[in-house]
Amino acid sequence: MELKSKEKEKFESETVILERPEVSLWKDAFRRMCKNKMAILGAIIIITLFILAIFAPYIAPYHYAESNLKDNYAKPGDKYLLGADFMGRDVLSRIIYGTRISLSVGIIGASTAFILGVLYGLVSGYYGGKIDNIMMRIVDIMYGFPTLLLIILMMVLFKSTFAVTTPGTIAGTLSAIDNAFGGLFFIFIGIGVTAWIGMARIARGMALSLREKEFVEAARATGNSNFQIMIKHILPNLIGPCIVAVTLQIPRYITFEAFLSFIGLGVNPPTPSWGMMISEGYKAIRSYPHLALYPGIALAITMLAFNFLGDGLRDALDPRMK
Amino acid sequence: MINYIIRRVLWAIPVLLIISLVTFSLAHVIPGGPFDKEKPLPAEIIANLEAYYGLDDPLWKQYTDYLWNALHGDFGPSYSSRSRTVNDIINTHFPVSAQLGILAVIVAMVVGIPLGMISALKQNTFIDYFCMFFALLGVSVPSMTLGPVLVWIFALKLHILPVARWGTWQQAILPAFTLGIGSAALLARLTRASMLQVIREDYIRTARAKGVSEEKVTVHHALKNALIPVVTVIGPLFAALVTGSLIVEQIFAIPGCGKYFVTSVTNRDYPVVLGIMLLYALLIIVANLIVDLTYSWIDPRIRYS
Repeated sequence: MELKSKEKEKFESETVILERPEVSLWKDAFRRMCKNKMAILGAIIIITLFILAIFAPYIAPYHYAESNLKDNYAKPGDKYLLGADFMGRDVLSRIIYGTRISLSVGIIGASTAFILGVLYGLVSGYYGGKIDNIMMRIVDIMYGFPTLLLIILMMVLFKSTFAVTTPGTIAGTLSAIDNAFGGLFFIFIGIGVTAWIGMARIARGMALSLREKEFVEAARATGNSNFQIMIKHILPNLIGPCIVAVTLQIPRYITFEAFLSFIGLGVNPPTPSWGMMISEGYKAIRSYPHLALYPGIALAITMLAFNFLGDGLRDALDPRMK
Repeated sequence: MINYIIRRVLWAIPVLLIISLVTFSLAHVIPGGPFDKEKPLPAEIIANLEAYYGLDDPLWKQYTDYLWNALHGDFGPSYSSRSRTVNDIINTHFPVSAQLGILAVIVAMVVGIPLGMISALKQNTFIDYFCMFFALLGVSVPSMTLGPVLVWIFALKLHILPVARWGTWQQAILPAFTLGIGSAALLARLTRASMLQVIREDYIRTARAKGVSEEKVTVHHALKNALIPVVTVIGPLFAALVTGSLIVEQIFAIPGCGKYFVTSVTNRDYPVVLGIMLLYALLIIVANLIVDLTYSWIDPRIRYS
């Protein structure tokens, strides 16, 4: 008797889920994530960083390029909370403006990787066969490239090709865009070219198994076109794990930018990139360790926050993994 | 199985060819030549140099010549350091990067595997949370942050280790830790996950039921099997650490391949750029091949066709 009522309950709950499946998946995930303190902490840090980035001019005590040469290498104190660098620029203000660089690289890197990778993997996995074979061989080739070396090569190419061009030409326009972004535009391209590969593999694997499911067959039987099936039936089912994967990749894109700026192939001075600040500060680490330390801590906190959030998202969307 | 191996090895050839072609094209599209100096050389000398190195040939001929020589093990001369060939350069600088990579892998294993084991055995206790928090920290702190911090503490404050350069074992400690600690954290998480799965298997319960001591169960029965996925990632991990050691090489002024690559790109030293790129690509391809093969060798349930 008791068993029966339980079964009934189960049946009822199942019907409820069937009525509004999409809402409940994300609602459920959101509810689970709210219980995860680490994920909440990560989200709070990321929101704070976004506020810092957007309102940087109102929050930062100085402009990032404002230099008082007589204050160079000032120790942390009342005038400069975290000290000043070799040109007498306020370290705190430069770190605050630096959130703009790191976050935009993270977000744009993630969006490019997500859009390109998911579409590529979706098409490859859904069609399978010959198309899949060719598309995955291309991914294999990209996978063989040492990513960092390829990005360095591309950055040198971009920087020197578009360095001396007259306005009006395509190269001149690109160069103007890049200058407007403080040298970030080419970093976006460099990361975009390499970042989609991992995402494509994940999406392809999922599309490959999803296309065998009954609901796809049902969709086909009711006369949906391939395009409709891919967008309406397969895409929503693989988007969750892909969001998790891309969130966990954001720290990677942020380090790429920091690294490029560290070796002088990233943003143009005086744009404040944390990587460039670390490299400038590292030269003076003997006497002024704070110059390399504070931007380094900012970088580490940002990466930690994205990892917290990514882990939380993964556990929330796929509780079996825990 | 044999068919699969042959196919995989053969497939590496076109991959390397395309990588070399892409790198060659990218390098040659970059404006400026290897003989552009701050004080310009006379045009005749540049013409002579270009004729000497075959740079006045059409590009397709330069590429096929390069490939032909590379197939014979000759990766060409270096344009910026005239007395050395690319083979010389790789012979001097690659061992440094490889040593650094091996040391970092050792650090990763020695720190990561025990951490993951302890974490799994004490699942959901304070120790577990502490270990896993440390692992997350290790994954998150980039070498650009960790390197300067370690240098500041151990070299400048405590004066027990050198700041930079390469040669003695003391000089290797800080870079190896900086490079390896992130992977240690990865291995810890992997070991924990795999260990948790294994200790729930039936044969572990059987061993316990037979009265085997807890120690023996953990070490002999559980750990052995739990390490399978961990062992298989060591190869790609090594490849990733070697090809990704540029940052650490920059911070600690280590004369490795990565650092040399950056210099060579700036100097338009095409043969060096190509040589290092191909070497690293080969490393990655071989590592990935090995991991696929060890999977099927260790776990006979996986079969490739």
